[in-house]
Amino acid sequence: MSESEIPTEVVTHARVRVFKLPLQAGRMALITLDNDLDHTRPTTFGMQGLIELNEAIDQVQAMDDIVAVGLTGKPFIFAVGADLSAMAMITTRDEALAVGRAGHDAFRRLGELAVPSFAFVNGAAMGGGLEIALHCTYRTVSTGAAALSLPEVFLGIIPGWGGAYLLPNLVGPIDALEVILTNALTMNKQMKPADAKRLGIADALFEPADFLEQSMLWAAKVLTGEVKVKRQEPNHGMWDMIIGGAKAQLDARFHGALASPYRALDLVAGAKSRTRDEGFAAEDEALADLIMSDAVRASLYSFNLVQKRAKRPAGAPDKALARPVTKVGIVGAGLMASQLALLFARRLEVPVVMTDLDQARVDKGVGYVHKEIATLVEKGRMSSDKANRLTALVSGVTDKSAFADADFVIEAVFEDLGVKQAVFAELEAVVSDTCILATNTSSLSVTAMASGLKHPERVVGFHFFNPVAVMPLLEIARAKQSDDATVATAFAVGKALKKSCVLVQDAPAFVVNRLLTRFLGEITKAVDEGTDFTVADEAMQPLAFPMSPFNLLALVGPAVAFHVSETMHAAFPDRFYVSENMRKLVESGKPGIWKKTGTGGQVIDPEVEALFVRGSSPLTAAQVRERALDALADEARLMLDEGVVIAPEDIDLCMILGAGWPFANGGITPYLDRCGASERVNGKRFLAPGIASLPA
Amino acid sequence: MGRSVREVVFVDGVRTPFTKAGGAFASARADDLVVKSFREILRRNPALPPAAIDDVAVAATTQIGDQGLTLGRSAGILAGLPSSVPGYSVDRMCAGAMTAVTTLSAGIMAGALDVALAGGVEHMTRHPMGEGIDPNPRFVAEKLVDTDALVMGKTAENIHDRYPKITKERADRYAMGSQRKTAAAYAAGHLQPDIVPIAVPSVDGWSLVSVDEGPRPETTLEGLSGLKTPFRPHGRVTAGNSSGLNDGATAALLASEEKADELGLTKKMRMVGYAFAGVAPEIMGVGPVPSTEKALQRAGLSISDIDLFEINEAFAVQVLAFTDHFGIDDEDPRVNPLGGAIAVGHPLASSGIRLMSYLAKDFEMNPSARYGLTTMCIGLGMGGTVIWENVNYAGAK
Repeated sequence: MSESEIPTEVVTHARVRVFKLPLQAGRMALITLDNDLDHTRPTTFGMQGLIELNEAIDQVQAMDDIVAVGLTGKPFIFAVGADLSAMAMITTRDEALAVGRAGHDAFRRLGELAVPSFAFVNGAAMGGGLEIALHCTYRTVSTGAAALSLPEVFLGIIPGWGGAYLLPNLVGPIDALEVILTNALTMNKQMKPADAKRLGIADALFEPADFLEQSMLWAAKVLTGEVKVKRQEPNHGMWDMIIGGAKAQLDARFHGALASPYRALDLVAGAKSRTRDEGFAAEDEALADLIMSDAVRASLYSFNLVQKRAKRPAGAPDKALARPVTKVGIVGAGLMASQLALLFARRLEVPVVMTDLDQARVDKGVGYVHKEIATLVEKGRMSSDKANRLTALVSGVTDKSAFADADFVIEAVFEDLGVKQAVFAELEAVVSDTCILATNTSSLSVTAMASGLKHPERVVGFHFFNPVAVMPLLEIARAKQSDDATVATAFAVGKALKKSCVLVQDAPAFVVNRLLTRFLGEITKAVDEGTDFTVADEAMQPLAFPMSPFNLLALVGPAVAFHVSETMHAAFPDRFYVSENMRKLVESGKPGIWKKTGTGGQVIDPEVEALFVRGSSPLTAAQVRERALDALADEARLMLDEGVVIAPEDIDLCMILGAGWPFANGGITPYLDRCGASERVNGKRFLAPGIASLPA
Repeated sequence: MGRSVREVVFVDGVRTPFTKAGGAFASARADDLVVKSFREILRRNPALPPAAIDDVAVAATTQIGDQGLTLGRSAGILAGLPSSVPGYSVDRMCAGAMTAVTTLSAGIMAGALDVALAGGVEHMTRHPMGEGIDPNPRFVAEKLVDTDALVMGKTAENIHDRYPKITKERADRYAMGSQRKTAAAYAAGHLQPDIVPIAVPSVDGWSLVSVDEGPRPETTLEGLSGLKTPFRPHGRVTAGNSSGLNDGATAALLASEEKADELGLTKKMRMVGYAFAGVAPEIMGVGPVPSTEKALQRAGLSISDIDLFEINEAFAVQVLAFTDHFGIDDEDPRVNPLGGAIAVGHPLASSGIRLMSYLAKDFEMNPSARYGLTTMCIGLGMGGTVIWENVNYAGAK
């Protein structure tokens, strides 16, 4: 690597000021962490930053006229942990080990001074930022702190700068696991300051307006004995049992597939009896192992995709070409259309008109939206003024002439090309020449939909994922004749809807549904050939997907999934499988293959099993998995060759945001490279070594 | 409908440390100084429900930037007052906070308010006096004011001209007294309880500022005599016998006596009356003379009824012009017993409340004193005086 490729560290400086505390409690040396940039560039710890921190601690350690050491951050930010870009550059295990040790060596000094140390957590404290606070003797937290967490496990690593040892010893294993595992594995959920107090991480909370002043007064009271800090001794008797329970929960969810939650759990288990030295050394080893794994490199790659590429979509036209959208039309008033109406009204705050064939359907759709708004008010999540505004924005009629002054009309009618073409033709007779006509189709050709129009250049695919309010992905499909202004407007609208937009070319089922359909087809085919239902459905467990193939089938609905498989089979008959057994399942009206048991588990529905006519060539789980992975490698490569998206990164971003596929797999292409499927099927990798994997 | 005038009481007053321009508050925001002072008032008076505050007035001389945006309202929001509590801004140059107090008090007397929060701030690092002003050219063209009128040091030199008996030596001696009294008050712990420590971010990290930067207890007459006279060659006004350029904020809680009793708020002093008066702008420092005469006359009191004086020490000469006028000795112990602005500083619009907090302390320590006054000179030729009664008054000595 040339020197110019090494990212320069944004150094977090550690600066010492000494002053008198109130109440004549004595003098405090306060260390401020600051990278000299504003709050939009939170402070992180790299190697140079740790050196400066050590120097600051040397400085305070040499003072004999202080009664306490304080630690705080720049305005709004305490510290947000390790410099991740540096972590992705590590090439040897020794270097990885050194990262852990350097953090421990600096941070632990704050807990081993001759005087007490106080962390004044004035703002966001994540990862190493929270860990350095845990090393201090006491902690105050601002009620305005926007984010508090140990997100390491979310990123595929472990809290390796003391968190995995100190937190369970401070608050006990149950609460420690809530932060280290449960929150990290729940879409990186952040603690509120009140949570930090409840868990015993914060000793005191103060409001942001005079947080530091009140924290220092509190520190003075602690030092003079006016305030006594009560800490509950962790319950050692229950420790092992709690770890056992947590292990069972991890197994049920991940089946051992992800390394970091298990390593973190091991560390929390060991924290019960380890000394500080042993505990920190165990963290160093675990962190080094994980940093030197492909899964962590893929996680960092995924994190970057979501943080950066999702915000600056590749291939999107110039933003300046986007036209303003001051009124939105929605064709259809069914459930999907109603969800879209609510989303557009909430995010764009412009009039949204729904139409359908008859007034009863229209009323039902508008009624749904109005009721959802009322529910938000009841739950205290929306003011009544806002609700009045949004309720007034959403209306419905049967006559499409209401769309005359709309700038953006999206159809969400039955998934049939003829129907959609007719809708667009009808719309074109009413709307202006520049009104965007968008389709929420999941698998039909957008180009074909536009073909009969006078202005086909204004048609664009706008594909949401269910439930639309929750799923972050929006595939924006560019049809053959879509012009730049149309696509730019679609991106602007998608961004205003707070979705992560990915540009895809108009190709059957775009990205997410195409890969999921191909993959589900392989699983179904294995069953049709005679593989046991359970073996087939559990074959993908090593990938730690958020749900098994047949649970996904139930979520989508067998009818919809089957319909898409037929569409895809029509487009690519060699690769996309239509299962006759699946047709029977749809005809039976059964909701899926699994059936819930009374005790919260699930069993294969015997009636479904009886419906299926199966062959006599069962496969093992490994064989099923290999077939499925090969199919994914094949399809992903074809999509790139066809130009559906411009890079593997976009496929991965789509699978992370649209299907919830894990960070540790890097979406999918890093996993396909890692397991050999890419080489096996295509003769080459998707990504060069080092991009989402360990460097060669 | 029958109307009656109601008594107004000064419940509490606090201030930030007063720092030197370019000093410890250089990187602090003016509005934050006010906000932190307000929050301290609320914490010190837990019997007061914040929603019971009927109005908030905050003074600043230069009302732009962090001293703009209708500070009385914006500081209220930032301090966490309920949105039902209104607020406004006040400007009467150096007497801003004093005017915030008198204006709110008038509202209390008239029955328009029961409880009010007053404040004042001047961040002279960020907002040097005269920042952004655009004086009307008629001032000069029509000789409406002397060209000295906008330079306060020159107006002080002009007072020396008017009263030749007030020599530089007397001014320096008075200034040294202010430093000594301040040092003694600090040593006795009289000042610290009303000072709100402020955490300030800077390029060197956060620090906690708890004490005034101005005081120079080591001041000697010799030292003072050698200082430069920046406003005039061989003049009399120096940095040593003037207040400095300072950053700081003050806050006070006022209430009708009835409401204070109902809520169980402590009362420190009762307002007797107040007056403002104008003088020629080029000798603005004599303003407290006519304003005090007017206030005494309206209150039906004479100068001999006043047991304690808190006069703002913008310049030593201006204090001496006042004491000479009323026949008070230069070292009369009734005048500024805790020291004054020459030592602690004068962040323009904030000082009026600082004087009131000092007088409240004077009263507390002197239960035999019944009446006291706070007075100050004001740029552009004015004076302001508020007469107060000691609620702790225990009868004649």
